[in-house]
Amino acid sequence: MNQIDAVTTGPVPGSTIVDVRGVDVELTGRRILTDVNFQVLKGEFTGLIGSNGAGKTTLLRMMLGLIEPTRGEVVWPSDARDQRRVGYVPQRVALDVDVPLRVRDFVALGDDGHRFGLHRRTRETWRRVEEMLDAVEASDLAERRIGALSGGELQRVLMAHALVSRPELLLLDEPLANLDPGATDDIVALLARVRERQHVAILLSAHDINSLLGVMHRVIYIANAHVASGPTDEVVRPEVLSKLYGHHVDVVRVHGRVLVVTGDATTGTVAAHPDLVVE
Amino acid sequence: MFSSFMTNAWLVGTVVALLAGATGFFVVLRGSSFAAHAIPNGAFAGAAGATLVGVTPLFGLIAFAVAAGLGIGASRHHRSDVVTAMALVSMLAMGAAFLSLSAAYEPQVEALLFGEILGVASSSIAPVILISLACALALAYMYRPLLLDAAAPELARARGLNPAALEVGFMMTLALGSALTVPVVGALLSFSLTVGPPAAARLVTRRPGSALAASMVLSVATLWASIAASYQTNLPIGFFVGSLSALVYVIARVLTRRRVRTA
Amino acid sequence: MHWLIEPGLWSNDAVRTGVSVGAVVAVVSAVVGLFTVMRAQSFAGHALADVATAGGAGAGALGVAPLAGFVVGSVLGASAMEAIGVERVRQRDVATGVVLGGATGLSALFLYLITLNSSSTGSTQSILFGSLFLVSRTTFYVIAVISALVGLALAWLGRPLLFMSLSPDAARARGVAVRRVALAYTLLMAITVGLSAIVIGSVLSTALLIGPPAAALRLGRSMSATFSAAAALGVGAVAVGVVVSYDSYYWWASHRALPVSFCVVAVVVVELVAINLAQRVRDRSSSTRRA
Repeated sequence: MNQIDAVTTGPVPGSTIVDVRGVDVELTGRRILTDVNFQVLKGEFTGLIGSNGAGKTTLLRMMLGLIEPTRGEVVWPSDARDQRRVGYVPQRVALDVDVPLRVRDFVALGDDGHRFGLHRRTRETWRRVEEMLDAVEASDLAERRIGALSGGELQRVLMAHALVSRPELLLLDEPLANLDPGATDDIVALLARVRERQHVAILLSAHDINSLLGVMHRVIYIANAHVASGPTDEVVRPEVLSKLYGHHVDVVRVHGRVLVVTGDATTGTVAAHPDLVVE
Repeated sequence: MFSSFMTNAWLVGTVVALLAGATGFFVVLRGSSFAAHAIPNGAFAGAAGATLVGVTPLFGLIAFAVAAGLGIGASRHHRSDVVTAMALVSMLAMGAAFLSLSAAYEPQVEALLFGEILGVASSSIAPVILISLACALALAYMYRPLLLDAAAPELARARGLNPAALEVGFMMTLALGSALTVPVVGALLSFSLTVGPPAAARLVTRRPGSALAASMVLSVATLWASIAASYQTNLPIGFFVGSLSALVYVIARVLTRRRVRTA
Repeated sequence: MHWLIEPGLWSNDAVRTGVSVGAVVAVVSAVVGLFTVMRAQSFAGHALADVATAGGAGAGALGVAPLAGFVVGSVLGASAMEAIGVERVRQRDVATGVVLGGATGLSALFLYLITLNSSSTGSTQSILFGSLFLVSRTTFYVIAVISALVGLALAWLGRPLLFMSLSPDAARARGVAVRRVALAYTLLMAITVGLSAIVIGSVLSTALLIGPPAAALRLGRSMSATFSAAAALGVGAVAVGVVVSYDSYYWWASHRALPVSFCVVAVVVVELVAINLAQRVRDRSSSTRRA
């Protein structure tokens, strides 16, 4: 695995962007999340780790205000949840091939798409559009039709769209899913660069912790509808994760990779898969 | 062709076609072609009902079109295609019943369904222009949110937009615009101007502003050609509107065939 | 039952044939239409009806039997839509709308030519809204045979069609010729629509194609129960619609009857609303019981 360079600038202490306090989330009668507590600080790179179906997307959507928590609250001290301060990059966007929008038009909508009325776009806005496309290394796509992009190209454009309003926090829903390992490292490195140069905190969800080990400041680990959060070394430990899962869990380090090994209590079998957190 | 009794047709037709082109840009963007087809049929029932009751047809047109628009707009996610189809068919059936009960003459029915260029009353010019202006302003107001919602609904929601409200707002605008085109082009054909020319426009340009402008230009051109052809041949204007709209689209498809379609 | 069924209803030959034809068409429409609703192709179904109008009007202008015109027209329309048509839903809708517009334009032309050439009035009405009571015995037999064939074809296509409607990729992986089955199904839809156009008119045949199946689906039973329910609801709509239309002749002094098409559509709408409400009540009571 490529060793991604250690982060040069760390989080600014005492500057909380969002504080999640004692949150429960229930959907259609099912408890998805219980007693979730964590903070995201300015400039941090946070990984939201959990297997499929664990509740990562639910947690993100709750932070975006799309789902109401059944208990607890989400506090934004500096009112960052005003639309311009949180950027969102969804996992999938279904686009019609013929939609008459160029990439630059779509990114510009990241700034004013939510505003009614026809305010003239300033040169400053278009400059920012170009700057963000440059930041995600998608400048050459500016004039392309938005519906004619490949998956990877679209992903970067979505990032630019989310960044153009200069958010404090960038939320990404499973950006690494369906990518081969080489591409995964590229995106993570890109996000690390974006974090540093644009001074934006990053929170992304993933099911494999390994690709993020070199860049994460903090991990939020979801399992069993519960959450453990903190610096990676403190969270990814047998005693913490066993408490989370509700049964014994081993943490094994093999060739620089972290394996979380969960045993099946009744049959005594152990399953370990190199690149996945296995239930 | 440009004598005084044709003035109304040219004037109202142009205004209505411009609006249809602009509205059509969003119709095609949002995938609301079916709704655009269903709503004028609602207007048809309204006109038939108005004639039965003895009220100005324009009231009936607008009232029923707006009702249809609200119904379809409110059903955005629950099998909306079924709701649209049933709304369409119910309106047509009601219209048929109203016409049958009032023993309308066949030419009246044909005019309502397929358009009648000489059927534009002078008294309707002012209301048509005013309502068209209101619709245009509404579209300008909703322009960017509609673009964002069409491109990526999840992003629109994350930004605080209410997709349901947008849908209803847009459907109302569409309904009003459709109601206005029915007297000129006919209930069954009025949607052609909101689908064919705009679909052609968006194929040939990738800038949203240009696509919107091109929609309006193509729509007006189609209507002008239809009025002229109908005047010369005495054939119903609906025939020309339907055929020319389709032709414009086919030409645009052929011209842009080289663009690779990704699955 | 005197107040419900006016004298002479069943002894009227035209009515008997009309109800028989209506029932047959309702069953075929319900069965084919169930897939239409599941595949969210109501727009295509309706567009085919409008293309059938053009066919029927064209046949009228040429002096040919309307049934042939309806069926040929809708089959041509289906082919055109498949030719232009593309995989993506939105582009498909645009293509459908454009074809529909072109066909309706042609209807306008043909209907105009008919009124020019013939002195008969009401041809617009009958083509658009149906001529159920004018169906001859021969036509009935033809419709019955074609319906049976459509039914057999659908039984043969049924399982692959259902599979690919639920999951096109999985079906493709299992070797289902998705494109070809889709085309075959569209043609069956076109023929069905052409047939039902005789009953309640091309423009309104969508009601029999979509309404009863949508209501049946809402009942949430097994697949075969849903098919039966859809057919029953369709036949019921036609039967009640005919009775009401016939009776309405006597309701007003003016002796102007409600058109059959209106009555049938009204019953379909009532069925849909009633079943939806009943299901909503049932859902609510079962969820409060659970809580």
